[in-house]
Amino acid sequence: MSQHTLYDDVWERHRVRTLPSGQDQLFVGLHLVHEVTSPQAFGMLEERGLEVARPDLTHATADHIVPTDDRSRPYGDDAAESMMSELERNVGDSAIAFDHPDTGRQGIVHVVGPEQGLTQPGMTVVCGDSHTATHGAFGALAFGIGTSQIRDVLATQTIAMEKKRVRRIEVTGELDEGVTAKDVILTIIRELGTDGGVGYVYEYGGPVVEAMDMEGRMTVCNMSIEGGARAGYVNPDETTDAWLRETDAFRDDPERFEELREYWESIRSGPDAEYDDVVTIDGSAIEPAVTWGTTPGQSVGVTDPVPDPDSLPEGQRDVARRAQAHTGVTPGESMQGYPVDVAFLGSCTNARLADLRDAARVVRGRAVHGDVRALVVPGSQRVAANAEAEGLDDVFRDAGFEWRAPGCSMCLGMNDDQLVGDEVCASSSNRNFVGRQGSKEGRTLLMSPRMVAAAAVTGEVTDVRELSLVGTDTDDPAEVTR
Amino acid sequence: MSSDAADGETETTATDPVEHVSGTGIAVRGDDIDTDQILPARFLKVLTFEGLGEFAFFDQRFEEVETDHGTEEVETDHPFNDPEHRRASVLVVNSNFGCGSSREHAPQALQRWGIDAVVGESFAEIFAGNCLALGVPTVTMDGEAIEALQSFVEANPDADVAVDVAAETVAYDGRRVEADVDDTQHHALVNGQWDTTAQLAAVPERIAETANSLPYLDAS
Repeated sequence: MSQHTLYDDVWERHRVRTLPSGQDQLFVGLHLVHEVTSPQAFGMLEERGLEVARPDLTHATADHIVPTDDRSRPYGDDAAESMMSELERNVGDSAIAFDHPDTGRQGIVHVVGPEQGLTQPGMTVVCGDSHTATHGAFGALAFGIGTSQIRDVLATQTIAMEKKRVRRIEVTGELDEGVTAKDVILTIIRELGTDGGVGYVYEYGGPVVEAMDMEGRMTVCNMSIEGGARAGYVNPDETTDAWLRETDAFRDDPERFEELREYWESIRSGPDAEYDDVVTIDGSAIEPAVTWGTTPGQSVGVTDPVPDPDSLPEGQRDVARRAQAHTGVTPGESMQGYPVDVAFLGSCTNARLADLRDAARVVRGRAVHGDVRALVVPGSQRVAANAEAEGLDDVFRDAGFEWRAPGCSMCLGMNDDQLVGDEVCASSSNRNFVGRQGSKEGRTLLMSPRMVAAAAVTGEVTDVRELSLVGTDTDDPAEVTR
Repeated sequence: MSSDAADGETETTATDPVEHVSGTGIAVRGDDIDTDQILPARFLKVLTFEGLGEFAFFDQRFEEVETDHGTEEVETDHPFNDPEHRRASVLVVNSNFGCGSSREHAPQALQRWGIDAVVGESFAEIFAGNCLALGVPTVTMDGEAIEALQSFVEANPDADVAVDVAAETVAYDGRRVEADVDDTQHHALVNGQWDTTAQLAAVPERIAETANSLPYLDAS
């Protein structure tokens, strides 16, 4: 078993005891709640006559079902309205902090936690959402959980969990121009498989990860679950500190910040850390990635040929054949030139300010292709406000994108933002499963925000490195308020 | 206080032991069947899990077909549509079953459809954990054994498949095949401790002690 890693240290600090089943009872430092997976858990609590144990460590937002266009209440969709009302009632009854759309803080749960400084290194974070691994970017242990486990956490602020093995994923070298964190994680999942991480948590490191900004690290950790790993994390460093210093949690409390920084430094995986497995990925060889199939592991570099199913390991052939029948791609050809109908820039993977800035560099001075429906769904109201303060909304609108209100939106099509028929979507989200974006004939091509922008303006999958970029990613940034 | 060893406490919860599950089988073939396939997101817009059973595998069970009278939704040949398998309680699947979204709605839908145990080559972690919380075993066998069992249940929809969780075997067709039940799951199911709330709530002082030791909570 691993030793002296951040995972081992933080796990041990939160371990209340070992249960007779062999699982550990872990204390939960932050419980994030959203409207879709929580109502049944609150219901079970009520049935059992239990109360929320630590509302002070529980934080709610609404993201999955909220409309991104007309947000007047009641919502046009009765089911969405009833879920929102139920969440309002539940958080009200239990005095849980809630980023209601009226607060200006609402957004996707994995965007609002980090931007408010709720997510901190050395914490345990859980949420009824598989992309909770996102918070690992800060050196937190963050897990997605099911509704019965939400009930456990609400009732006790603890959870029964099995300790996993730790795989260090070392990304060496330096990324080429045009290659982003999204391409890194898509490449990792392609290499290790969609179930390669089962039984493991992933520790991401090496020069490429160390050079990433927090947004990039969140993108990488976010998709750990697509590689089968329930959690992924990055050791906290100066980049982490710089982000946290500007959050609500610490902006006015530098003393507290300094105090906690010592803790954060103490939990880093040490030089004596032992891992259960170490995998090295050559970052310099990573290409802008595009998926060709129906699992996040089925991707290629944009200039590389789509694999022939017969050339894949035997266990992957059937899934690949079915996937190619669904997407209609041609083995042997690259994804370049594959026509797209929709461009979706959003989701907990890639809807933060840095992602929008990055895409804007491609969009500025260009127009969305006439056959493409393009939308930007910022990750939170704060992301939207910051982007608007530096004029990014105008960049996107002028080009022909719709500029929407925050939510999960077309990542999973639980509101009106859905694909129609067999539309092809260039998407900055995390899952290309059949039916994921609301139409079972719909086709999702996962790629980086920049590649989505490139596809939006050309109307087809395009190697973003062939387009000139306008401005830099730090071009006249306005003061950012997280 | 030492907290290194498992506590000797034998708290019990209201849940019953799940030592064996038997019934007829149903096979759903394919690797990487994600929870969006098991239960599409549009069916998550509900406040309770009741009634989800009829939506299990919905998008695989129906397809739109163009007819002279316009578009019609017709049933596919998905096993969940097959009346011969309608009473099945043991689902047999391939590898990485239940990957993707953490939605507990997926195992809830399967359980409410009638599934009491899932036998597969491998399962995604969150899915297996969600099944455990419902008292539904996720039992694993190697690929060949799964293939054989799938072919058997397809050919014999009325035959009994007996999953012995305690002994870690699956018996059918006069055979008894070795299977694997993860240690935690085995303990929790056999001892009826798969509903963990009461167990977790039993040690409030120790929870408080752990909370008080955390640097990030001390100033609040």
